[in-house]
Amino acid sequence: MADRPITYREALSSALREEMRRDERVFIMGEEVGVWGGTYAVTRGFLEEFGAKRVRDTPISEMAIVGAAVGAAMYGVRPIAELMTINFAFVAMDAIVNSMAKVRYMFNGQYTVPMVIRTTTGGGKQLGATHSHAPEPIFAHFPGYYVAVPGTAYDAKGMLKASIRDDNPVMFVEHSTMLQRRSEVPDDEDFVLPIGKGDIKREGSDVTIVTYQKGLEYSLIAADELAKDGIEAEIVDLRWLRPLDIDIVIESFKKTNRCVVVEESLPMYNVGAEIAAQIQLHAFDYMDAPVQRVAAMDIPLPYAGKIEAMALPSPEKIIAAVKEVV
Amino acid sequence: MAKPNKDTLLDWYRQMVLIRRFEERCAELYQQGYIGGFLHLYIGQEATGVGAVNALRKEDHVITAYRDHGIALARGLDVNAVMAEMLGKRTGTSGGKGGSMHLADRDLHMWGGYGIVGGHLPLAAGIALAAQYQEKDEVVLALMGDGSTNIGYFHEALNLSAVWKLPVVWLIENNQYGMGTAVERASGAKELNRRAMAYSSEDGSGMKQGPRIDGMDVIAVHEALSEAVEYARSNGPILVESLTYRLEGHSMGDPQRYRTKEEVEGFQASGPIGRFREYLLENYKSVDDAALDRIDAAVLEQVNEAVAFAQASDDPTFEDLISHVYVD
Repeated sequence: MADRPITYREALSSALREEMRRDERVFIMGEEVGVWGGTYAVTRGFLEEFGAKRVRDTPISEMAIVGAAVGAAMYGVRPIAELMTINFAFVAMDAIVNSMAKVRYMFNGQYTVPMVIRTTTGGGKQLGATHSHAPEPIFAHFPGYYVAVPGTAYDAKGMLKASIRDDNPVMFVEHSTMLQRRSEVPDDEDFVLPIGKGDIKREGSDVTIVTYQKGLEYSLIAADELAKDGIEAEIVDLRWLRPLDIDIVIESFKKTNRCVVVEESLPMYNVGAEIAAQIQLHAFDYMDAPVQRVAAMDIPLPYAGKIEAMALPSPEKIIAAVKEVV
Repeated sequence: MAKPNKDTLLDWYRQMVLIRRFEERCAELYQQGYIGGFLHLYIGQEATGVGAVNALRKEDHVITAYRDHGIALARGLDVNAVMAEMLGKRTGTSGGKGGSMHLADRDLHMWGGYGIVGGHLPLAAGIALAAQYQEKDEVVLALMGDGSTNIGYFHEALNLSAVWKLPVVWLIENNQYGMGTAVERASGAKELNRRAMAYSSEDGSGMKQGPRIDGMDVIAVHEALSEAVEYARSNGPILVESLTYRLEGHSMGDPQRYRTKEEVEGFQASGPIGRFREYLLENYKSVDDAALDRIDAAVLEQVNEAVAFAQASDDPTFEDLISHVYVD
């Protein structure tokens, strides 16, 4: 089937629509998913097509949205629970960590929890300190569910369909500033991507940039600039923080011997820390330079756009970090 | 509703005695080091659990908090497997991975005990949602302690159940204390069934405020809960409060500085099992002390067998340790 360029938003919408048409047990619940059509317009038209039973507006109750989705998933249906932004997932932290992640294990496999939490992440929109988090690494800390971080329309569609079809819980994190990005996506209702597989988004031999989402976008820009100086960066898009595809990272690192990790989350205890630790463990003899990390600054994000941008990763910061290691 | 017959009443008596003897043995086993972690005894509250759980149909559902032994036994979980779970054995209901606070049996629709106060309340709503979604004529009985009425989960889950007309009976087991804090020191509303008003409207829509019942009287509990369960099946959520009393500490090793010995002794004298025994002797000519003693003896033997079974069972393995984190 032909590929066609669609936006990240369209990729999400079509993945949801196709999976809801395919399986009656799949339904959506969350704030403003129905009448409003989704705060990011991902579920526009869904209420009309699928009805109020399957497109369920909820009160502003994140603990109950996640907790009720867990209970429903345990009893034979497949909820997609939407948390408007990942900032509100903190309110639902207990339901995620102590219920969604645990009921299978602590009852010795009696229950499966086939659910997806869809949410959006990211700063850079002048929303101030409480609405600008990119805390995916926190959620990837806990075993019992997967964490998806798609960075292209292609990945968003294939990964969301895979998440809905899987019998494990998935926290599916979309980037709020990337909804208009376009890429070629197969026009195929059974297009699904494997869970836990990273992807080489650019080949190169001089340095490995490990990243995802906004970091991917900036790293591609940085790589084009670096190429003008004769530095060829290989870009590994993790796509999933859990399961973590460490093999693809190590394989690339053994080729380039240098690594920069780029992410939008905070610098302490983040993805970069994990990747750096694993590289020194699995590829110590291949290291030609310390692993560099580019992340947000270790401060809350402010409102004013000019200083907010200073705190976030940028192509310039990535270029500088690469030049430290090559 | 038909009045329960003598055999049914005797079976409730058996269940209540089973819970009592089972937990007395658990307390001993805890002191001896065979049971670890927390151990929250249900002693004193047996009439509420037995009366409520027996108001359900087989296909209905029950879910509760961490004081869950009584609910699990009343629902008919295998006594050997429950005791094995207490001892952390691989023959336990959760293969030794759940422990005292996490007793569940999928086939019996006992969805578990849950360790985080209030954490199971939205799960109850979700199970009811799944039943409603799949057009099953089933009710969820969600038990909780008085302490859980003050956490955000309570508000969010009960409100959602009212908005979606979910078939849930919310049953507050008011045992007078949330750990060591008396209800009136923790709740603006002393009568906790009045919380239902927050989720109901003047026109009668929303949640129904159910009664405040004598939770030490198994027959009264059963009657009220039978009505509540049928209400929920036809109409949606209802909130019932059962006034009961925890005769033991919150968990093992509770110095109980928050209440007097006299208070506890007062409730001991009017405990649910003694009360029910007297009721049976007074109201049924064919029931005598010897008949009830025979039930007691059979229960004791069953508990002893369960302990022997648990002690003879294997420990979980490394393979068990790492299994069921994910669906393979």
